[in-house]
Amino acid sequence: MATKTDSKMGTGVSLGMVLLKLRSLIALLAVFLVFAFIAPNFLTIGNLVSMAKHSAIWAILAMGMTYVILGGGIDLSVGSIAGLAGMLAGGLIVQGLRLPMFGIVIYFHTPMIILIILLVGVLLGAFNGFLITKLGVAPFIATLGLLYMARGFAMLRSGGMTFPNLVGDPALGNTGFPILGAGTFLGLPLVVWIAIVIAVVAAYVSRKTPMGRHVYAVGGNEDAALLTGIRVNRVKMGTYMFAGFTAALTGLVLASQLVASHPATGESYELTAIAAVVLGGTSLSGGRGSVGGSIVGALILGVLNDGLVMVGVSSFWQTAIKGMVVVMAVIIDQYQLRKQNEAALKQQTTADATEAAVS
Amino acid sequence: MPEDKQQNGSRLIMEARGITKVFPGTTALQDVDFKIYSGKVNVLVGENGAGKSTLMKIIAGIEQLTAGNLYLYDDDGEPEEVSFGSTRDAVKKGIGIVHQELNLFGDLDVAENIFMNKELTKYRSAYIDHAGQAEKATAVLAKLGQRIAPGTPVRDLRLGQQQIVEIAKTMIEEPKILIMDEPTSALSIQEVQILFRVIDDLKRHGVAIVYISHRLEEVKVIGDYITILRDARLIHSSEVKDVEMAEIIEKMVGRDPKKFFSGQAHETGEELLRVQDMTLPRYGGGYTLDHVSFSVHKGEVLGIYGLMGAGRTELLESLMGGYEKAEGEIWLDDERLDQKDTKDRISRGLVLIPEERQREGLFLNLAVAENLTMSSLSRYTKWIHILKNLELKHVLEMIKAMSIRVVAPSISISALSGGNQQKVVIGKALLTKPKVLLMDEPTRGIDVGAKSDVFQIVNSMANEGFGIVLVSSELEEVWSMSDRIIVLSKGKITAEFNRSEATEEKIRKASEIGHGIANLA
Repeated sequence: MATKTDSKMGTGVSLGMVLLKLRSLIALLAVFLVFAFIAPNFLTIGNLVSMAKHSAIWAILAMGMTYVILGGGIDLSVGSIAGLAGMLAGGLIVQGLRLPMFGIVIYFHTPMIILIILLVGVLLGAFNGFLITKLGVAPFIATLGLLYMARGFAMLRSGGMTFPNLVGDPALGNTGFPILGAGTFLGLPLVVWIAIVIAVVAAYVSRKTPMGRHVYAVGGNEDAALLTGIRVNRVKMGTYMFAGFTAALTGLVLASQLVASHPATGESYELTAIAAVVLGGTSLSGGRGSVGGSIVGALILGVLNDGLVMVGVSSFWQTAIKGMVVVMAVIIDQYQLRKQNEAALKQQTTADATEAAVS
Repeated sequence: MPEDKQQNGSRLIMEARGITKVFPGTTALQDVDFKIYSGKVNVLVGENGAGKSTLMKIIAGIEQLTAGNLYLYDDDGEPEEVSFGSTRDAVKKGIGIVHQELNLFGDLDVAENIFMNKELTKYRSAYIDHAGQAEKATAVLAKLGQRIAPGTPVRDLRLGQQQIVEIAKTMIEEPKILIMDEPTSALSIQEVQILFRVIDDLKRHGVAIVYISHRLEEVKVIGDYITILRDARLIHSSEVKDVEMAEIIEKMVGRDPKKFFSGQAHETGEELLRVQDMTLPRYGGGYTLDHVSFSVHKGEVLGIYGLMGAGRTELLESLMGGYEKAEGEIWLDDERLDQKDTKDRISRGLVLIPEERQREGLFLNLAVAENLTMSSLSRYTKWIHILKNLELKHVLEMIKAMSIRVVAPSISISALSGGNQQKVVIGKALLTKPKVLLMDEPTRGIDVGAKSDVFQIVNSMANEGFGIVLVSSELEEVWSMSDRIIVLSKGKITAEFNRSEATEEKIRKASEIGHGIANLA
């Protein structure tokens, strides 16, 4: 039924719409091709793998951010949570958990450490959610607060120092942390696999489950969502917890890749994540966008980043160019939204008119 | 019809000829003529969706007409054709409008609101002349019979005073034509009287007032000329004194109301919903809902009528668990509902069709299909997976059952006309398999065709054994659709009528208990 009317609408319009809808992918392809031509070594396996690794980190962070933004919120604290997560993990490996009142120090196994840190991330996300849903703090302010708090605690954990050499001690049974960042599976870095798994789950949940629908509903119209019987607070809480989870995971991966944790890690990552989400066509006002789009956005940023370095563009220019790309993306996004609404309206009124003529 | 330009010191000042306005999916005005006389109150009446507000918006330059002409007459009675591209153009020609909703900035003070976007400035606009604004604001307010300090934040004023500030905003432009769109809908009786005095004063200064109202008794009190619109068309235009109240009502509704509303008595069964002593405290003492008790039976349409502020919407939202502070017992099918949780209420069989469709009922970012199933997703979900085919099947069934006009279920809800959007909201509610349906102003702002569709839906649902609570501010609607009517006034039930014993007069009287509108005339 739908396809019939679509074809009747004329292929010119639909082709334009299709191109507009696929613009993120087209942009990614364009950026990729340009660098493939002008940058030597761009197409080598080594470079592609390293690019995938960088993009994967952005993608993980961007997926958490996507949920928050789809639900009508914003999370500025993810970069700081990543930094704090890295410091806490580094501390647990190097110093263990000190319990002076019992006079003991506990060293956890590495998988245990990772689980603890991920849990901390989820709890920090829940803290954001609590401020926003229960205390009515605006998302921007609540997460800005945690941005500072988490960064402060990251500094306090070591007095601003780096935890170096996070290889663990075989005697304590906590070796193996660097595998997270450096390990590979079937030739692909573990990080990429992790990003893929999260992407599949996140995309599935957003498209095929009531939970995902509810996120779109809450972001689109909170009042209506309440009267529709959606537990709005629970949905929002969930999105912030997921963002906290992805942030902690990012912090772990970064610490593992460097085999060290530094308290300034992840600074301004929240903005990169937001940029990736916006590049992927998700509306900052909530309710419109997709997980897939954000992944494409993260890939564009990753390719752009590495490509510009390879052709020797100065880092100052890199920053400026990234900014221009984001602004361009939003302009095209607005244009597409307008065109799409016009097309839908036209389609519906034509149908109304023909129906009226028949009856 | 008065054709002469000089009449009792008033004259024709503006004329709209053959106005047509088409919106996507609806024609809001069809070839309408409208005359405005200076120094008179020119009343415009009609049902919701008749086109009153659209006509006013065209005259005030907010909407642009599709076809037709506007003429302004100068002092010698010479017509000049005008066209307004924006409100600015209309303001320049001396036309001001006081909107139905207040458009004020609560945190700014009275003078700042009055001079919004027309600030008095000093030093070539480098600096706002606050002292000068305050002085002029005080003068305008004094003219309106109000002693409000110009430095008061608007948030701290009573609603009636805010309405006066809204009027003062247009007065500052010294309009020749002042449009008032349902200015009394939120006012207390004392405030209405002040407003009427203000209107009298304006008339004496030769200002032409265009007055839109729902309250017909007001029309008789202050109106000079009356124009009646119905279904986007001009039905009647004359002096108020030449037309009887009954005639006005008949012309507004247009046909035998019983027939139009397709109202009928329904076979009612056992009790479905019982509400006992529902209370909702009001901020600063008193009750928004004052110990309200009623019941709804199977297959029954219970109409609830009340003026604005009677507590209609609050009652329905309290039933849905929307108010933390609402107390009272609610029994549905002999089960007591005590969790104040909308989701729980929906799953037990209560569902609300909210008053403000776009703000409270729809997700404009989503497609028709997604809107329809948002309340009932659990029915198409296995574990956490939405079964798309099953969902689509229900969507298509509902589109057919509600005769929603839509190209495809995947089209954005924002492309639909108001009436079709409303059917989606009703469809969404029905998909939850409710026992009792709470409908809050289900026909607000939709065209006549869609209205009669909605009424048919109400009837067929009643026949299928649903219990229906129909809340409306349209007396006709409640009166003709309901098996039983309760009347709310100031949060209290002031009367209950069976279908056979209810008359418009009785319902109206009961709705005004505690308001003192009877003292008006």
